[in-house]
Amino acid sequence: MNRIEACSKVHVLSPPLPAGLRRGAVSSLSKSARWRPGIAASCRHTEVFAAGGEATGAALALALARDALGADADDQRPWLWVQDKAALRLSGRPYRPGLPEHLRHRLIHVAAANPEDALFALEEGLRCRDLAFVIGEIAANPRALDFTASRRLSLAAEKHGTALWLVRLDARSDLGSARMRWRAAAAASPPPRWNPQAPGRPAWRAELFRAHTFQPGYWTLRDDGTHLAAAPVAPDHGDLVHGIGARSLAAG
Amino acid sequence: MAIWCMGLALDRWRLAEGCAAGAGADAEPLALIAETAHGPRIATVNAAGAEQGVRPGAMLADARTLCPQLAVRSADPAGDLAFLENLALWAQRWGPWSALDPPDGLLVDTTGTAHLFGGEAMLLADARAQLARRGLVARAAIAPTAGAAWALAHFGPESAILEAGDDLMDRLAGLPVAALRLDDDVLLLLRRLGLKRLGDLAGIGREALARRFRNRRSPGANPLVRLDQLLGRVPEPLLPVVAAEQPMVQRRLMEPIRHRPLLDRVLADLAEDMARALEGRGEGARRLELAAWKVDGDVVVRRLEMAAATRDPAHVCRLFAARLDDLDAGFGIELVRLLAPWTEPLALAQAELDAAAERHGTSLAACIDRLTVRLGAEAVRRPLPRASHLPERAQRWAPPLEPLPGLQEDFAFHERPLKLLDRPEPIAVIYEAPDGLPRLFRWRGGVHEIARAEGPERIAPEWWRERSSVRLRDYYRIEDSTGRRYWIYRHGLAGDGRGGAPEWFLQGLCA
Repeated sequence: MNRIEACSKVHVLSPPLPAGLRRGAVSSLSKSARWRPGIAASCRHTEVFAAGGEATGAALALALARDALGADADDQRPWLWVQDKAALRLSGRPYRPGLPEHLRHRLIHVAAANPEDALFALEEGLRCRDLAFVIGEIAANPRALDFTASRRLSLAAEKHGTALWLVRLDARSDLGSARMRWRAAAAASPPPRWNPQAPGRPAWRAELFRAHTFQPGYWTLRDDGTHLAAAPVAPDHGDLVHGIGARSLAAG
Repeated sequence: MAIWCMGLALDRWRLAEGCAAGAGADAEPLALIAETAHGPRIATVNAAGAEQGVRPGAMLADARTLCPQLAVRSADPAGDLAFLENLALWAQRWGPWSALDPPDGLLVDTTGTAHLFGGEAMLLADARAQLARRGLVARAAIAPTAGAAWALAHFGPESAILEAGDDLMDRLAGLPVAALRLDDDVLLLLRRLGLKRLGDLAGIGREALARRFRNRRSPGANPLVRLDQLLGRVPEPLLPVVAAEQPMVQRRLMEPIRHRPLLDRVLADLAEDMARALEGRGEGARRLELAAWKVDGDVVVRRLEMAAATRDPAHVCRLFAARLDDLDAGFGIELVRLLAPWTEPLALAQAELDAAAERHGTSLAACIDRLTVRLGAEAVRRPLPRASHLPERAQRWAPPLEPLPGLQEDFAFHERPLKLLDRPEPIAVIYEAPDGLPRLFRWRGGVHEIARAEGPERIAPEWWRERSSVRLRDYYRIEDSTGRRYWIYRHGLAGDGRGGAPEWFLQGLCA
């Protein structure tokens, strides 16, 4: 009997646990779930690590945010996009005609001069009840964005229930308190039907390398215009895979 | 009724000095000067100075040669105008509407109010007496039209009254043409034409005047329009002065304060007072001014502008807290005043209970205010569409809570990148000459092999706002061998006669 079955059996047989104990049991249970697009994640603070010379990080964060919003598509609240100066220089400014149709008129953009101001703006945005979600873009590993700052953001996001998608450009995955951490890179797009020589709908290779409630894994995510589609990636594909480690192959 | 304060600047100076006309400091020659591009120039001169031959408009150096003992003070046109505005409000004691007539006159609408003072003659006498009590040398006149009253006040006999039944032209024919409120160059022209009196103008016929000044649109440059306004043949709209009371609260402090916690306490009290004052008027503040008077007479002012009308004391305190960090209290602050120069109607709403506010977070307007106060108004903006097909002009940045402008429809573009670089970055491209698809490009030190490309999408310059030498752009959407998607363009064509070989730029990063 492997670990997954053991967990589910415990859950079935045991009487309801007292509130104090239940949390650990639930998390160990749902830990066995695999992430897929459209799954309801309780996670409010997600980090996406990406290279600075491409729009992958922001695009994936936006796609994930739309995926998480999915249920209430008629939500007309504005959303916040915070960039610090280095991120702005590296990867440019949001461009309204290129944004998804139902999001473009609700964007509020904050160009912060330094990472401290960007963190302030992110926290203020998370505290605001009138924002649908917050996207942050911070380049490299600034001193201001340490574990304490990251934890502050997590707490603010969980307290007020606003989702934060923090894009880290050209950054090391250092200490952070995000509940889900993705590493993203661009992937070859599927050829469009009418002009196979043209770039198609955006696709990304995404690695979920730290997650509180999900198993880590690799996907090729594709934006289908209306929703996010995922195809699992074989572990030996591409250079995203660093090693299997102690996990069983079946879990990959 | 027109009122002309003949020596407004000098009267203000006398009032400030506290001396009567011709006594004290006013007994000596004195001039108020204005700084001009060519040095100080005399703006006004008092009676003693005028006796010595000093004339307004002369250079100070020239006036000093005539009158070496001439004392000099600087003129204050902005202060004069503010004084005149106050005077216009005060002059509403004689009529419901009053208008400014810069730089030194007032117009008061006294239609139907003369009987309250016992007739027009008594009204004029009252005006003269009240103005004299305020220490102002002034002339006043009453006439059926504003133009006629102005002409009589400036050039007519003392305390002139024109009845509604009088023949205006007959009574005013003897006045000089300057009584028409014309510009200096027009007056010069009329003098050269030999037209010196209003009667002369009326005598030469409308057609001749209309033909001579046919391309002068502004009333101040067209004697015929002014003449018609004077005689009441065309309406002359006036802009009335309306008093707008600004909510103001202040605290005089028994002991000068020098420490920040005390100032925060005072600010919190003021914000609560202000909230009460605004609530009574059913308004919320858009702009607030906090002024702190120091012991040494220095005034420190901090201004705040809100994204939406508010009167929440906690919010106001929080916004000001960021602005007070660099306040230098010096020897202490003894008076703090909070003023709301810009207010908007704001209905009463259910007050947020503390716990609810804590749980539900802040409103959007409060969030924008906090961001704007710390990061500046330029940092928090939203993109709005603009009717242009040039990529960088297709969006403009506006304040976040500004309403969407009425546009019939957004431009429908083919495919646009998710992000745009602020400034397109030059890239080195290998492409099929002369204008084929790109194959390889080098950007920021890395080589990108282009796997797939779509294009060109040709975007021509906007000839109606740019010079004819601006080159067109051929845009390509490309994907490199690792899947990164970009938007690049070739600037110009080979042999288009607008510069050398075309250059390539990377402008956008696609999702």
